[in-house]
Amino acid sequence: MAINTYNIEAATRENRLGAVTGYKGSIKDLVSKASGCSLKNRERCFTQTSACSSGCAQGYLSGIIDAVIINHAPVGCAVDAIYANTTNKWGEKIRGWKHRNISIISTNMNEEDTVFGATGKLKTSIIESYRRYNPKAIFVTASCVSGIIGEDIKSVLDELKDEIPVPIAPVFCEGFKSKVWASGFDAAFHAILTTIVKPPERKTNKVNMVNFRGSAREEVIEILGRFGLEPVFVVPFSTVEQLSKLSESAATISICGTLGSYLGNGLEEQYGVPYVKALQPHGIAGFEDWLTELGRATGKENEVKLYLDEEKRKIIPELEEIRSKLKGYKAVVGMGPSFGHNYVRVLKELGIDVIWGATWHFDQQYDHGITPESSRNLSKEDEDLPVSVCDQQNFEILNLLNKLKPDLYISRHGGTAVWATKMGIASVMVPDEFNAFGYKGLIEFGFRLVDAITNRSLAKNLASRVKLPYTKWWLSQDSFKFLEEEGI
Amino acid sequence: MSQIVDQIRHVCSLGGLQTALAISRTVPILHAGPGCGQKLWGAIGLDNGCQGSGYVGGHSVPCTNAGEKEVIFGGEEKLRTTIENAFKILDVDFFVVLTGCTSDIVGDDVGEIVREFQNEGKPIVYAETGGFKGTNFYGHELVIEAIIDQYLKPAKKKEKGLVNIWSVVPFQDPFWVETYKEISKLLNEIGLTPNIIFGPNNGIEALDRVTAAEFNLLLSPWVGLKNVKHLEEKFGTPYLHYPVLPIGPTETGKFLREIAVFAGVENEKVESVIRKHEDEYYYYIERSADVLLETRLLPRRFVTIADSIYTLAISKFLTNDLGLLPETQFIVDGVLDEYKDQIEKEFKNYTDGITADVVFSNDGGYVQDEIRKIKFRGRPLILGSAWEKVLAEEINGYQISIAMPVSDRLILNKTYAGYDGALRLVEDVYSLVLNDFQ
Repeated sequence: MAINTYNIEAATRENRLGAVTGYKGSIKDLVSKASGCSLKNRERCFTQTSACSSGCAQGYLSGIIDAVIINHAPVGCAVDAIYANTTNKWGEKIRGWKHRNISIISTNMNEEDTVFGATGKLKTSIIESYRRYNPKAIFVTASCVSGIIGEDIKSVLDELKDEIPVPIAPVFCEGFKSKVWASGFDAAFHAILTTIVKPPERKTNKVNMVNFRGSAREEVIEILGRFGLEPVFVVPFSTVEQLSKLSESAATISICGTLGSYLGNGLEEQYGVPYVKALQPHGIAGFEDWLTELGRATGKENEVKLYLDEEKRKIIPELEEIRSKLKGYKAVVGMGPSFGHNYVRVLKELGIDVIWGATWHFDQQYDHGITPESSRNLSKEDEDLPVSVCDQQNFEILNLLNKLKPDLYISRHGGTAVWATKMGIASVMVPDEFNAFGYKGLIEFGFRLVDAITNRSLAKNLASRVKLPYTKWWLSQDSFKFLEEEGI
Repeated sequence: MSQIVDQIRHVCSLGGLQTALAISRTVPILHAGPGCGQKLWGAIGLDNGCQGSGYVGGHSVPCTNAGEKEVIFGGEEKLRTTIENAFKILDVDFFVVLTGCTSDIVGDDVGEIVREFQNEGKPIVYAETGGFKGTNFYGHELVIEAIIDQYLKPAKKKEKGLVNIWSVVPFQDPFWVETYKEISKLLNEIGLTPNIIFGPNNGIEALDRVTAAEFNLLLSPWVGLKNVKHLEEKFGTPYLHYPVLPIGPTETGKFLREIAVFAGVENEKVESVIRKHEDEYYYYIERSADVLLETRLLPRRFVTIADSIYTLAISKFLTNDLGLLPETQFIVDGVLDEYKDQIEKEFKNYTDGITADVVFSNDGGYVQDEIRKIKFRGRPLILGSAWEKVLAEEINGYQISIAMPVSDRLILNKTYAGYDGALRLVEDVYSLVLNDFQ
């Protein structure tokens, strides 16, 4: 489905990309069904708390240096401001910047508002926030409450056009509308595409680098600089002005396929900025494919090839050392779909035997109409990999880990590695999107895994002292007992 | 509560889920949207002293993850199967169903479903905690109210000297575990038998003893008052409401004397306990007095930005015991109007006729604007949350996070309550000052 910037809101991943949150099978089966878009979601009759779109949308947007986010909701929906502020400071530290507090402001809806509406409150909140922070743009994020009671956010923003001289964008990220929290990224990008990005005045050598906190910023600048390209790191730590010029860039590239799909394809469809559709740049194959495709999009194929040949040689001795140390170790991966399927490949490059790949959702197609590159890549291997999809359902993952008993559990997203550790499994969480980035990152990541298996005392001690909150009955059941049959 | 809330310092009523988790081997079951649990736990659990998920918190908490289907057609069936399966899957003793905004607006009959399970004798209660109803302080009270109304039974007989302790809100206060323990230790020393409901090793057994108590102790300016009154009405248990969480010798001594009178503890016994602690406390303070008095750049004035319980407790200690002077004190826990006068009075009642202005607002952006207006002489001490780090740099203050969000500290078994707690606070504040220039 093409990205429709005439619509006020982005369609959810379920509706747009055929995303599912319940599946059990193998990578070959998953990709073959997804290629024909015939995969059906499987619900669960027991679930644990997962995450929602609004967290992704407002957390991500709050990284824009000179914008303010107003959350039209009861106070609890905006508390991810605290996490966003903490990670924002981490990004500032990387850049050597002075700290600032991010602004996610709640309209503080109460019981009365659920009956009579609170568009007046929204209006005052926007005016007061503009007075306080003098932002260059304001994003208004919706909530379950504003959605259910049918608040007309758009009209409020229209009414304020004359009073507030900066763009005010609605962001439709109501938590109940999608089981796939990444739909929130799309909602954020939709707001940026429709309200902030301007038509190009000229073309530049810039590359829109879609990422989170950008820890490998210096390295990316250095690499792209070799090809005469200049990365613009979006969205966190960019300015509204920078975002308004995304249409002028030579290409868009992303650290994460899930994250980049909407903005990348939107810019390509609307302004002809090529979106690099490749594996993600983690590990050897990913880095090579990512840079090669960027080279193709920007006419720098030869330079990229020379660079890769030169750099790859440097890591060979250390890579051999790591492989010899990790040989024979078994791992389970639990991450978002793009990271998950890319990291399975990365772990294999390090000589690890990946025995299961769990992802927190799965998009049958990206916005360019093709099944994710990383999933297709894995499905072409001789050996078929068992995979499953769940929206971070710990009861299912723990049951599975208890049966598979891997040496390593590699995860992304908080709140899962800790449970595997409690089972005595050495666990490594990948909170930074540039872990295992490129050749050098792969080596760093490899040594980190070696460390994880070298001293497992914390995991062992915890496992011997701590009880899991699950019954013996549950741990002896089939891991997917609560996965219902395919829906229609 | 303020109209807009910037720089959030508490969560919504559904945050009561953390109160359920604070009762050992108890699990909340959320009938709410998919993101509520993560957001609330992330804020008052993880990014607040790194409290973490513990036995069955974080992403282990069952939730219906209500989506479009549940919003349009109702979510009762999804809730029923979630509860049914939670009983099979989870190894816990007690279940608390909490509803979120979606369920409360759609109007699912959660009570009816939970009563079906109660009728089968299952240990389960429910509270309607839709986030739009108020703060997590309110949610905390709703969870306790649900337990009082739906679970507690009258005791066969009262136990002499048994006291239930109700005080700080678990998780919202990152020091809660040790704070409950510290109060408990003090009560033990004067010969009472404390019963703490929250924290490790208490759980359902502690709940089962609640109605056998001789009285309830509420150590909090306002949160929980509704609950102890309710316990009095329903089970005839009297309560002592002492509004100040005692930190340091002045307030702790006053508290111990008051509870001793209330409980009929011998004067001599209390005085000997107080003397022992004060001797110990002043042994250390005497030694540190050289540094307290003779270090360069010592703060003389302080601002507290915290929940009413901490703003009050800390300002009393720093003023009455440590000789500092209070600038405007900020209260950010959305205190209901009916309690404001009574709380404000406490700030007019420091030693030597010292008083402080109080501002009630849970809008952190507004609070920080007000602090910028204060003309400080010397570097002030800013006791607030991690939101104040940027501000402190701007106004050249010493900042320490003691209130939600305490995202910049790992808190394990630390408390500022009582005598030892006061020493911890002195250590933390003056280490901050010494660290600042070295």
